[in-house]
Amino acid sequence: MTENTTQGTVELDAPWITQNDLPVTKYQIIDENGGYDAEAVPDLDTQEFLDLYRWMLVEKRYAERMINLQRRGEMGTVGSSRGHEASIVGSGYALADDDYLLAMGRETSAMLMKGVSLRDILLFWRGIEDAQKYLAQQNCMIGISVGGYLPVVTGIGWGMNITDTDSVVTAHFGDGATSTGAFHEAVNFAGVLNAPAIFYCQNNQWAISTPFEKQTNADSIAQRAVGYGVHGIRVDGNDVLAVYHAMSEARELARQGNPVLFEALTYRTEGHSTSDDPTKYRGSEEVDQWKDRDPIERYESFLESEGLWEEVDKQAMVDEVDAEFDAAIEAADDYGPRDVEELFAYLYEEMPPELESQLHELERSLRELDDLEEYIVRRPKG
Amino acid sequence: MPETIIDAINMALSEEMEQDDRVVVFGEDVAETGGVFRATEGLKDRFGSTRVVDTPLSEIAIVGGAVGLAVFGLRPVAEIQFSGFLPPAFDQLVTHASRMRWRTRGEWSAPMVVRTPYGAGIRALEHHSESLEGAYAHVPGLKVVIPSTPYDTKGLLKASIRDPDPVLFMEPKHVYRSIREDVPEDDYEVPIGDAAVRREGEDVTVISWGAMMQQTLEAVSKLHVDAEVIDLRTISPMDRETIVESVKKTGRCVVVHEAPKSGGWGSEIIATINDEVLMYLEAPIERVTGFDIPVPLLSMEDYYIPHPPRIAEAIERVASDGG
Repeated sequence: MTENTTQGTVELDAPWITQNDLPVTKYQIIDENGGYDAEAVPDLDTQEFLDLYRWMLVEKRYAERMINLQRRGEMGTVGSSRGHEASIVGSGYALADDDYLLAMGRETSAMLMKGVSLRDILLFWRGIEDAQKYLAQQNCMIGISVGGYLPVVTGIGWGMNITDTDSVVTAHFGDGATSTGAFHEAVNFAGVLNAPAIFYCQNNQWAISTPFEKQTNADSIAQRAVGYGVHGIRVDGNDVLAVYHAMSEARELARQGNPVLFEALTYRTEGHSTSDDPTKYRGSEEVDQWKDRDPIERYESFLESEGLWEEVDKQAMVDEVDAEFDAAIEAADDYGPRDVEELFAYLYEEMPPELESQLHELERSLRELDDLEEYIVRRPKG
Repeated sequence: MPETIIDAINMALSEEMEQDDRVVVFGEDVAETGGVFRATEGLKDRFGSTRVVDTPLSEIAIVGGAVGLAVFGLRPVAEIQFSGFLPPAFDQLVTHASRMRWRTRGEWSAPMVVRTPYGAGIRALEHHSESLEGAYAHVPGLKVVIPSTPYDTKGLLKASIRDPDPVLFMEPKHVYRSIREDVPEDDYEVPIGDAAVRREGEDVTVISWGAMMQQTLEAVSKLHVDAEVIDLRTISPMDRETIVESVKKTGRCVVVHEAPKSGGWGSEIIATINDEVLMYLEAPIERVTGFDIPVPLLSMEDYYIPHPPRIAEAIERVASDGG
């Protein structure tokens, strides 16, 4: 099977392997123009098809309104998920209630599907620590440190194996995370353990200002699955049906002890966060091109072709989603009261004496130093 | 024959695995060979390969995996073969293990133990001799325990495995097999956060821990100074009370540690004494420590280690200082 090859000016006799030996295709059901093969459409009922659409509107309106709140000073730094709606919704919709979802922060609707309330997502972005308590109650966590939580995901999957728990754990993360050592160790170890873990990469082409081509010399993230001996797939992340279907299969594979490396190809049409100005590192032509492939519009044309669009009253749906957001922001505004004691109370199950005395010192200084309050800026919540 | 520290580790692990089927032991080479120091010998045969697991050479995944297991309700005891290999996994300790309870306001937690042999004196190559307990103790939410005797090793390791919070259990490998004492087969714990007074005395308080306890006790035994010797046992959370009470009595103090001097845990001990009992001091506190250099390799490591003559000199100086 050895053929002579050339690399630049070098004549090669030995059987080198290159990434060209492994064609990685992009799995797609609805193409960019809305065309699709009816045979390939997943077996969902009308309500489920409409659910997917509604969730994408939830994600979109959430992102738009969060940016507005941030600009009005009513929210901390937030990262917009515009462009990722199909990737987030399709993956979340395939998960079961008991599954774990450890995420990087751009997965709101997937967490809502798991039972997290929108209020608690808002609390998270306002820097209110209690938010992660409510997320954890629904088996969710947001790990801010990129890639670092992936080994924890492997450990949770390992725990499911040891305890014969019929669930899966998924890590959602971005393309940048795949360059960390933690990613490598996590996926490799999951393979060794046959852990029911899905490593779900939303490859949105940009890690803040670093494009995918500078993140790795590999053509895809999915191809690395082969190197780890796990299942891998590259999916059109702007095609909600392809994402949902592949994720459902990934879940079954994981349950049977086959970890999955899942690459959803999508695009972040806005900045990394509200602190980021993407015009500094990418041209509007590229952004416009991806906006033309908008996942929601693509799915709308599918619904039209299927005769389901007439079931949708889009404006009513948007109004309803907005009303839910209004209620959530009101609940978030009402959240409290807070106390400095909570900052110390949860570090250990039992507070060590030294920590107790530090807490008392803080409380004393707040009581006795008249001007200390002035330095502790009391901004509106968030 | 009385037991060694290695025996005590093995006893603690066996007993806890026997009593609690949530306890899982893993790390590099821990199952088939029983660990490079044989601390986990026999566990795989006794408890099976689901609970005693050889892992890939992946410190990040070992410690991160422990966090995930703990979150999921298990009681992981991970081994990092040498503490010199722990730094890649420092991120997992700092970023996840130590703050999982805090992050989730008590909803999740990380009751886990990372065991690791630390310290110089075994004639090893690079990265096999470090003492970075001060760096780990600086991490809020992470408990750091260092036993110095076989009896304490068993009791402290059992307490660590049962502890609801993450514990870095640093083992003084230099004395793994050189100290023997009877370790009872009873189920007992040595509480985390309690120092031990190894020798009562009136003239000067000498504080140390881990492998340096042997050097310190030897130094004291050769002096005509009535030293009170404290074995810290837990670096964090530190037993401030025992230190403070002793220094109140003696008015003098020497801290001995193997770790580099600057920013070492000795600084924290001295700062605590300044905070609480400065006016009782009759002489400046001294430190006898390693130097602010990497631990030398086997051919010159003994120049680094605080041996008894250096310790004895400092104790005598502090004891006789008129203030």
